[in-house]
Amino acid sequence: MSQAFGMPVAAPHTTTTNSPGRIMSLVMMALAPATLYGFWLYGWPAFYLWLITILAAMLGEAFCLRWQNRSAAPILQDGSAILTGWLLAVSLPPWAPWWIGVFGGLFATTLGKQAFGGLGQNLFNPAMVARVALLISFPVQMTAWVGPLPMFSVGAPGPIEGLLIVLRGIPPALDAVTSATTLGFAKTELSRGVDLFQSAVHTPALSFFGNRPGSLGETAAWLIAAGGVAMMALRLITWHIPLAMLAGIAIPAAIMHAVDPARYLDMGAHLLSGGAMLGAFFIATDYVTSPNAPRGQLIFGFGCGVLTYIIRTWAGYPEGVAFAVLLMNSMTPIIDTYFKPRIYGRDSKGKPLQTAN
Amino acid sequence: MGFLDRFLKAPSWGVHPEDHKRPAADAPLRIFPTPERVFMPLHQHVGGVARPIVLVGQKVLKGELIAEAQGNISAPIHAPVSGTIAAVGDVTAPHPSGMPFKAITIESDGANRWIDCEPLADPFSAAPEEITKRTAAAGVVGLGGATFPAAPKFALGKRLKVSTLIVNGGECEPYLSSDDRIMRDYPEMVVDGARLVMHAIGASEALVGIEENKPEAIAAMRKAAAAFPEVKIRPLPALYPMGSDRQLIKVLTGIEVPSDARAAETGVLVHNVSTCAAVHKAIRLGQPLVERIITINGGAIANPGNLYAPLGTMIGDLFTFVGLKEAPSRIILGGPMMGTPLLHDRIPIVKGASGILAFNAAEAFVPEAGPCIRCGNCTKACPMGLLPLEMAARIRVGDLEGAEAFALSDCISCGCCAYVCPSHIPLVQYFSHAKGELTAAERTKLRTDATKRLAEAKAARVERENREKAEAAAKRKAEREAAKAATAQPASVAVEKTEGASA
Repeated sequence: MSQAFGMPVAAPHTTTTNSPGRIMSLVMMALAPATLYGFWLYGWPAFYLWLITILAAMLGEAFCLRWQNRSAAPILQDGSAILTGWLLAVSLPPWAPWWIGVFGGLFATTLGKQAFGGLGQNLFNPAMVARVALLISFPVQMTAWVGPLPMFSVGAPGPIEGLLIVLRGIPPALDAVTSATTLGFAKTELSRGVDLFQSAVHTPALSFFGNRPGSLGETAAWLIAAGGVAMMALRLITWHIPLAMLAGIAIPAAIMHAVDPARYLDMGAHLLSGGAMLGAFFIATDYVTSPNAPRGQLIFGFGCGVLTYIIRTWAGYPEGVAFAVLLMNSMTPIIDTYFKPRIYGRDSKGKPLQTAN
Repeated sequence: MGFLDRFLKAPSWGVHPEDHKRPAADAPLRIFPTPERVFMPLHQHVGGVARPIVLVGQKVLKGELIAEAQGNISAPIHAPVSGTIAAVGDVTAPHPSGMPFKAITIESDGANRWIDCEPLADPFSAAPEEITKRTAAAGVVGLGGATFPAAPKFALGKRLKVSTLIVNGGECEPYLSSDDRIMRDYPEMVVDGARLVMHAIGASEALVGIEENKPEAIAAMRKAAAAFPEVKIRPLPALYPMGSDRQLIKVLTGIEVPSDARAAETGVLVHNVSTCAAVHKAIRLGQPLVERIITINGGAIANPGNLYAPLGTMIGDLFTFVGLKEAPSRIILGGPMMGTPLLHDRIPIVKGASGILAFNAAEAFVPEAGPCIRCGNCTKACPMGLLPLEMAARIRVGDLEGAEAFALSDCISCGCCAYVCPSHIPLVQYFSHAKGELTAAERTKLRTDATKRLAEAKAARVERENREKAEAAAKRKAEREAAKAATAQPASVAVEKTEGASA
């Protein structure tokens, strides 16, 4: 036998069957229960908005890739654009008009991701970039919440009606369902001088299952947390960022609530409301935009949590997860520089260890 | 070790590649028949190339010295078969480049006659130096793959007063089972060899680390070591790269070897189980290292298993013996994690060849590399605690110093990072490239520094010479003038004339 065996290749000569596509698919599966619950809770308009947002995100990615003369299909198959669109969709008001989804989806993958060089290159979480862009540009549409109107229940829009709601806006007949979120209501009432005892927004029992006004897929806190735990079990994420972020919200919330319960919401309301759970398990844990060593992840997560609490409590917006995550994203390179893992045979400063004898 | 214990004490690094060790590991050891021709490379070890001492046409016996060690770190080469020296010339090296290197070709006479071996009668009453001397003369090198000559390592261990010998039976590379086989079939040899090494380096205990995926080897070694309480068998979790010396030392003793130190400086020395068996043969039987157990495995092999084969046998001859199911899509010397891809099968096996893998097309498939998604799996897998993704990002843009600042030089090239990378980025290739470039740059710098030093020295010397010449000339002139002034005091006009002419 005298054949040659081609070009030499570098070791190792065996590799994992893991791939970015598999990782993204698993994350989407972990996100699916909370999303399906959102579809059920808010009906057909929510489903259409979700679909439109994902398609827009994929379109934005494909457009940028074709512009660079790269073939779009293989890169779209890695699922990252779908996941970006999905994460953005679940953070939107469930009955938002179609163009909110289109604008957000396109913004996320073009300016939020491809402008930086594509997968793995972006400094900021693309879904949160788009969410903040929408919130600043279209504050009315982005804070128009509907109360739960479960699919197939009396008065809920059917498939056609739901599509019309997304395309043409909410008809006057259904306007009554418009409502406010826990955090938003508390903020409005406090700004009017009504304290929390009087406004009686303490409704953690409702929040428990997510049957309340809120973003498309953010209200079912426990389903989101279950998805997060599943991701930990699959070793897609570690506990560091989610736990640190929830602690970052819970600790100041507990302290401030103890100091003045009339002015500050309790810990449970903070953890179960808004984007806290989604942020902790699915947004802040984004690989590309978070630190990659455990100590850095703890700092990053805690920073996200504390900033969320500060923005919710003292800043102009009732919800702060998106802003907090973006602010901490910008810190990621610095955190990575200063909090590296200890190297074998070296101390934490990188100096070689001393020999014992 | 309880379940909770295992959960809490398990190392946080490493990967669990599919091990593919069986059925090859369970197949009984086969003796490879003496080949017609062997090709004994002169450079099968770390250090100086051996110098041939035989002539073409000369008859040699099995075990006869055919090339002697050259330099402090080197190893001699012995004839693996009896026969006639046919040539001293180039063969393809077991290296991805396919470069030629010098080898001695021996035509076998088929008789396989040994030289007169001289065993050491009572090695434990002999001086430790005697063990070291005989190990060196037998050409024993590290058989785990590093091929560092064993004797200088003994001497180092003795000098640094090493107390613990670690016997490496980890064999964490997938597919390979030659160490497993030697522990199952010749446990007494391994244990005796370990005791001889302990004697040579003055160690008081030996810890034999064996991965838990080799229960037969653990049982056999326990039985063989039962009479020797100083030889302790220590099962290890099956985790790649458990067989890497720094990781093995940490797991067995808790000692962490400083990044700028050798293992011996912390009081431990690591030797492979096959090396211990080779030391046993060198001392007890007087036989030099001319044969070894080699694993032939992979999807293209019809009857995978372990062969006891003379060194210098062509890989193609081994394949013919075990049979090929299909033409291999890739041939690898060593394991799949750190092994060397070979260009063809007309390459001889060497002392460090623990296995030859012939991969079928599915095994040889290399997925296309994608962008880094910063998932951090490489960071979690790295047994040295490095940040492969950060180093690779810097090497990609040519910032080698930046990569060096992330302790690139501490990378042991184990391949864990590249193995777990979901984007299949060839990280080890990046690091090997960068290490090579940095070494080359270092060498160039040393050379330019030396040149600069020489140039400066030359300039200084020329300047000094010119100055001395000028001084000497001035001195001579002054003397001449003084003399002239003394002799021709009255004829001052003539002096002025002379001065005018010289100007």
